[in-house]
Amino acid sequence: MQALLGENGAGKSTLMNQLYGLLQPDEGHIVVDGEPRVFRSPRDAIAAGIGMVHQHFMLVPVFTVAENIALGAEKVRGGPLGVLDRRRARREVIEVSQRYGLPVDPDELVENLPVGVQQRVEIVKALTRDVDLLILDEPTAVLTPQETDELLSVMRGLAKTGKSIVFITHKLKEVKAIADRITVIRRGRTVSTASPDTPEDELAALMVGRDVSLEVVKTPAEPGREVLKIAGLVVDDDRGVRAVDGVDLVVRAREVLGIAGVQGNGQTELVEAMMGLRPVRAGSITVDNEPLIGMTTKEILHSSIGYIPEDRSHDGVIREFTVAENLVLDMYDRPPYGNAFRLDPAAINKAARERVRQFDIRTSSSEATVATLSGGNQQKVVVARELSRPLRLFVASQPTRGVDVGSIEFIHNRIVEERDSGTAVLVVSSELDEVVGLADRIAVMYRGRILATVSPDTPREEIGLLMAGITNGSGGSPPKPAAGDGVPGEGEQ
Amino acid sequence: MTTTEAAPPKEPKHREQRRESFLSVFLHNLWSANTVVVTILSIVLAMIIGGILMIVSDADVLKMFGYFTARPSDALNASWTLVSTAYGDMLKGSIVDPAAMSAWFDGTGSWQAAFFPISETLTYAAPLVFTGLSVAIAFRGGLFNIGGQGQAVIGCICSAVAGFSLGLPIVLNLIVALLAGLIGGAIWGFIPGFLKARTGAHEVIITIMLNYTAGLFLTWLILQSGVHDPQRSDAISKAVPESAQLPSFGGSLRVHLGIVLAVLVTAGIAWMLNRSAFGFELRAVGANPNAARTAGISVTKTYTLLMVVAGALAGLGGATQVLGTAYTLTPAVAGNIGFDGLLVALLGRNRPWGTLFAAILFGALRAGGNRMQSYSGISLELVSVLQALIVIFIAAPALVKTIFHLRAARSARLGASMAKGW
Repeated sequence: MQALLGENGAGKSTLMNQLYGLLQPDEGHIVVDGEPRVFRSPRDAIAAGIGMVHQHFMLVPVFTVAENIALGAEKVRGGPLGVLDRRRARREVIEVSQRYGLPVDPDELVENLPVGVQQRVEIVKALTRDVDLLILDEPTAVLTPQETDELLSVMRGLAKTGKSIVFITHKLKEVKAIADRITVIRRGRTVSTASPDTPEDELAALMVGRDVSLEVVKTPAEPGREVLKIAGLVVDDDRGVRAVDGVDLVVRAREVLGIAGVQGNGQTELVEAMMGLRPVRAGSITVDNEPLIGMTTKEILHSSIGYIPEDRSHDGVIREFTVAENLVLDMYDRPPYGNAFRLDPAAINKAARERVRQFDIRTSSSEATVATLSGGNQQKVVVARELSRPLRLFVASQPTRGVDVGSIEFIHNRIVEERDSGTAVLVVSSELDEVVGLADRIAVMYRGRILATVSPDTPREEIGLLMAGITNGSGGSPPKPAAGDGVPGEGEQ
Repeated sequence: MTTTEAAPPKEPKHREQRRESFLSVFLHNLWSANTVVVTILSIVLAMIIGGILMIVSDADVLKMFGYFTARPSDALNASWTLVSTAYGDMLKGSIVDPAAMSAWFDGTGSWQAAFFPISETLTYAAPLVFTGLSVAIAFRGGLFNIGGQGQAVIGCICSAVAGFSLGLPIVLNLIVALLAGLIGGAIWGFIPGFLKARTGAHEVIITIMLNYTAGLFLTWLILQSGVHDPQRSDAISKAVPESAQLPSFGGSLRVHLGIVLAVLVTAGIAWMLNRSAFGFELRAVGANPNAARTAGISVTKTYTLLMVVAGALAGLGGATQVLGTAYTLTPAVAGNIGFDGLLVALLGRNRPWGTLFAAILFGALRAGGNRMQSYSGISLELVSVLQALIVIFIAAPALVKTIFHLRAARSARLGASMAKGW
């Protein structure tokens, strides 16, 4: 079990794509089982016993699991023009999934499967090709903590049956949990090969090239007035299914409220409803006692509310736009950048150069398109955009998803600075570490409700149980304690 | 993440790259497959294939290929003569005819004759600039405006009717007629835009249907009293009075004020796209509607307004057609300007100035094609074939790159922007 560790844009995926025949090396060669090999296409790689599971799944959503697995290696009955042998494909899927303990239903349509199971399908697909070496490209990026644990145990099982696994990631915990050998890559070069006992901060330093702090350093909160108040909020998701089912929340000035929870428990819909991106069925949302419901997204953003959407490339940035343009994406029609009619490129560019410097955005110029930036730097563009105006409320959804360690540290520090400057901060994250590190209070969300609001000192296991919907923990915490429960130093009002 | 090549380069290395000589950078860029190079090579390729088609469709030349092995020079010479004369005629018909030019200098010919080719080119180009811009800006906003034709037809109708029925004084009549065409097109663009924004109806379907509606409305309207020319028995309307016509040089030079208007509008659209708040919104919505919405831009409002502007442009194209060259409404008054606008926008890479040049190129092909037909006897249809071939090559940049062994480089953006339009 070999782990490949590196920041975003360090060259991990490029390296593995060469191994899988998707890219051709400019120099150097690949040696498999002592023999130098040239892979012109994935077909060659598969023939040499190398399989790969991509970060973005290569599955056809409207095909069944069995069809997807057969795709590219279809078994045919009755000569070259014969019919597809679906039964055999099905049998093969069942056989492989049993042999490796990877339960999948061969007849289910892929689009109906949760992400974790789709990934399992990808793994089964690679295994049916009889590979000896399996490459997993950032397999945990899209998984919930539970699914991640499951995947790690599957990987251990595969390693036991004699398969070699290359595991690409930038998450230190996972690497330490599972790898036999860790190769750290930075800017296209192998920096070091470490053993899994290497302490986390040392690995992080190797990845980033300097010392990084994994802990969020912050002083205790001194909460002020109640800024955001949400009462009895009910929101439906895209399919019309109730996603947020009666949420009450209060976020005060100078505090960070973290919302913990496994993805898909209504956090997305809660935040989108607050930002005017999703209709509200019932309940109220107020900021400084002004109702937000009924305001357009633009009006909300213009009333000193900052927002980091959870899906950066989908909602956060426009990849084709320049860094400068992305930095004013929600303020382009306001002074000093322009007005309702025209833009002021000089002001926009001047501000952009400043932001690039302040927020340490690594780009060749502020005129470069955001697509040329690494994930972490793209996220810094979003953070810079939202934090460069005075805010009353700052809503950050998954602020460090898919972001490298160095940038995570930076973004976390910025969020804490924003809190200290008097802003009410709401952080939504499916990474429990992030919530615990940042938040002054943690609200655990489960199936559209806030199950409990706890202090970040609460033991992890207890929060983990709450995230799984189990409330009768040691203290027997009631399902819905009043907001503000367990805040350290909650004194006034 | 897979975008490793995009990792920020180390600072010193970056500076080293800058220090390469200007010439080597220039040559590198020339031979790397950037969009301008691909566009030019597409035109060259289309001309080559066009030449082959001329040879294949000429019986006399083909006969010589029958004894090619015995005397290859016959066939090759004949082919060369045929193709070079044809393209020579095309050049003479579209840009400058040296004979007419020298005749003007000698005093034996008129200056009108000397400038006739370029005048024809610009006459054909003027409406295409507008319809091309219409398609191009819709594209930039993520909409595929197939409805340029219908919008142009409505523009023709409104301009002509306003021109011959209001009886306003000179200048004012022209302005009102132009505005009528613009508003007519805008309304015809508003319908699909509004439906898309409100109900999600696909603009491609709606605009195609509205093309038919506009065309059929035109054929009906021409025969109505008040519109139909009472002196004529065929389907033709009254003529637009001179007070509403776009002023031209007169005589054989047909080129009119429309081309000046086209250049001004191009400049205006270029400004709008890059410098105005609306341009920012439409580019944002075109590139990533989700991010635009999250940043507070109203996607529905942008779509609607964008289609209004696109419709207005195509309407203006119809107006220049009817007020600049046609003067009367006939069922075919708008010709194919709406659909040619699609090709023009594609050739111009959806950029305003690119579209202007593409329209002029299409105008030149058309004007040159006329002369080629009458002098070399090559069918005008070849022009359509050439236009189509150019567009095919541009739509398949990979093909052009393979043929010319271009470096696979930062072009290929077009594919993405095309896909987005759908």
